[in-house]
Amino acid sequence: MATDLNILKSNLTEAFGSKVVSLQERLGELTLVIKAADMIGVFTRLRDDADLRFEELIDLCGIDYSTWGSETCEDGRYLADQPHDGPRFASIYHLLSITHNIRLRVRVFAEDDAMPMMDSVIGVWPVANWYEREAFDLYGIIFKGHPDLRRILTDYGFVGNPFRKDFPLSGTVEMRYDADQRRVVYEPVSIEPREITPRTMREEQYGRN
Amino acid sequence: MAEIKNYTLNFGPQHPAAHGVLRLVLELDGEVVERADPHIGLLHRGTEKLAEHKTFLQAMPYMDRLDYVSPMCNEHAYVMAVEKLAGIEVPIRAQYIRVMYDEITRILNHLLWLGAVGIDLGAMTMFFYAFRDREDLVDAYEAVAGARLHAAYYRPGGVYRDLPEVMPHYKESKIHNAADVKRMNENRQGSLLDFIEDFTVRFPKHIDEFETLLTDNRIWKQRTVGIGVVTPERAMALGFTGPMLRGSGIAWDLRKKQPYEVYDKMDFDIPVGVEGDCYDRYLVRVEEMRQSLRIIRQCIDWLRKNPGPVMADDLKYAPPKREAMKQNMEELIHHFKFFTEGMHVPAGEVYSAVEHPKGEFGIYLASDGANKPYRMKIRAPGFTHLSSLDEMTRGHMIADVVAIIGTQDIVFGEVDR
Repeated sequence: MATDLNILKSNLTEAFGSKVVSLQERLGELTLVIKAADMIGVFTRLRDDADLRFEELIDLCGIDYSTWGSETCEDGRYLADQPHDGPRFASIYHLLSITHNIRLRVRVFAEDDAMPMMDSVIGVWPVANWYEREAFDLYGIIFKGHPDLRRILTDYGFVGNPFRKDFPLSGTVEMRYDADQRRVVYEPVSIEPREITPRTMREEQYGRN
Repeated sequence: MAEIKNYTLNFGPQHPAAHGVLRLVLELDGEVVERADPHIGLLHRGTEKLAEHKTFLQAMPYMDRLDYVSPMCNEHAYVMAVEKLAGIEVPIRAQYIRVMYDEITRILNHLLWLGAVGIDLGAMTMFFYAFRDREDLVDAYEAVAGARLHAAYYRPGGVYRDLPEVMPHYKESKIHNAADVKRMNENRQGSLLDFIEDFTVRFPKHIDEFETLLTDNRIWKQRTVGIGVVTPERAMALGFTGPMLRGSGIAWDLRKKQPYEVYDKMDFDIPVGVEGDCYDRYLVRVEEMRQSLRIIRQCIDWLRKNPGPVMADDLKYAPPKREAMKQNMEELIHHFKFFTEGMHVPAGEVYSAVEHPKGEFGIYLASDGANKPYRMKIRAPGFTHLSSLDEMTRGHMIADVVAIIGTQDIVFGEVDR
């Protein structure tokens, strides 16, 4: 696998040159970071180039980097200890080449934190359809060119993006059947927020000596 | 002639053939499906968000609740992700135990699938046969983990405990008299490995029985042959993995291609379909059960001969031995910190995948060095397969939708997460 990764590394640098923002190998996995503006061209080439041939998009997920390395948790929300440096949202693509039996992770940052937006890869891999709907639903990342960008996992009429770090774990509304009104009603959540085990950071070699 | 209008049909969320809580909005032209729009998320529990608020160890049992038909394989992907990120070495015996239980899980999953899809397509007997054999396998789960379904048996660094030397016995009751109990306990006289071995001897004949009932059955073939055909190119574009991809003729199996644990030491074959229809996917899964038995037998032989530890001994990632914890201050502190604060997994990101009975089940884990995951993404095979339902059912009759959902092997615990 290690030699394969080196070959893939040189192939990627050769194919994309200046479009590569960073290319990193760790734990036997290769992570490529590209700009949102280049993504469709890069992904199409990743699929079609005979040396790359990533036929399958295995996974696509959103991520919210705003509280990376923070410990604070209030009312079931994670908060940043200090203002986050760099873009907040990213999409992470896990690609698999069946021909070459190799995997690649691609990360694309959304430039605008208030309105995270990037191109849809549905034209490259049709499987992205539901994955992009999921990332839109949970993180509010908008995929330009998606034909049917609806919520997918949350309730009909849900408000908010539940996987953002500042969304409380217990949610904001709860639901019950009201016998008088003879229908289901939504009310503000009554769960007391609590954190049993605090989130803690430790120095690298903590407890090792 | 009267004008015939298209109409929309709500299939589910409470429909026995929807395999859980699937609300399927079907646009029909007569009996022909023009568009299928699955509404999922009725079982969404936010497992990934919950894991961000739990320590690495506390997040592990959530894995059982994803694909609740094959719990141990889900756990496997998660513990492998933690081990890879933290660099934990797993003892070889634990690896064999995991492989054996992964294959037991595969048979469990395929049996439930066979029973359920059989009943969907009108083969009632399959359900009873499949559940009769599942009983022995969930007993094997219970003997080792204490629970019949939600096992929580794998741990980062190994497995919770070694295989027991004795099997629990049935006792006399109002329902079972002494003669009954004696007969039921016949294969429970030895160790757990003896019990599983006895199963591997009996089970091939049972698979033959299943095949007698279905493989050449005219009604079964009419319902499945040529239904839901997916070409190899399309299967890759739609992100298929596992039996769905192999049913379409692509020999892709992570156990062979990217072997994890001790799969590279195992001797087994990968069945591949030709047509890519529901019938081929059925044949692939039945053959996989036979191959799983081969792997289980090899594991039993090895496990009999090679005793040893089943848990890593790094006290940062594994609890100390009970006796040591009772006698030494050092171990006591480790034990306390391990179960309160939890383990700190080094910063980084990792993706680990296993060949789950349903396809590729992957965990993407990002850690910033805290005692809780920063982000965990579950790559569930069922989610991908269900997203192709629209394309697969278009132009088919409404009764074929049932066959297609059935052979996609959908379980909502993992689709909705």
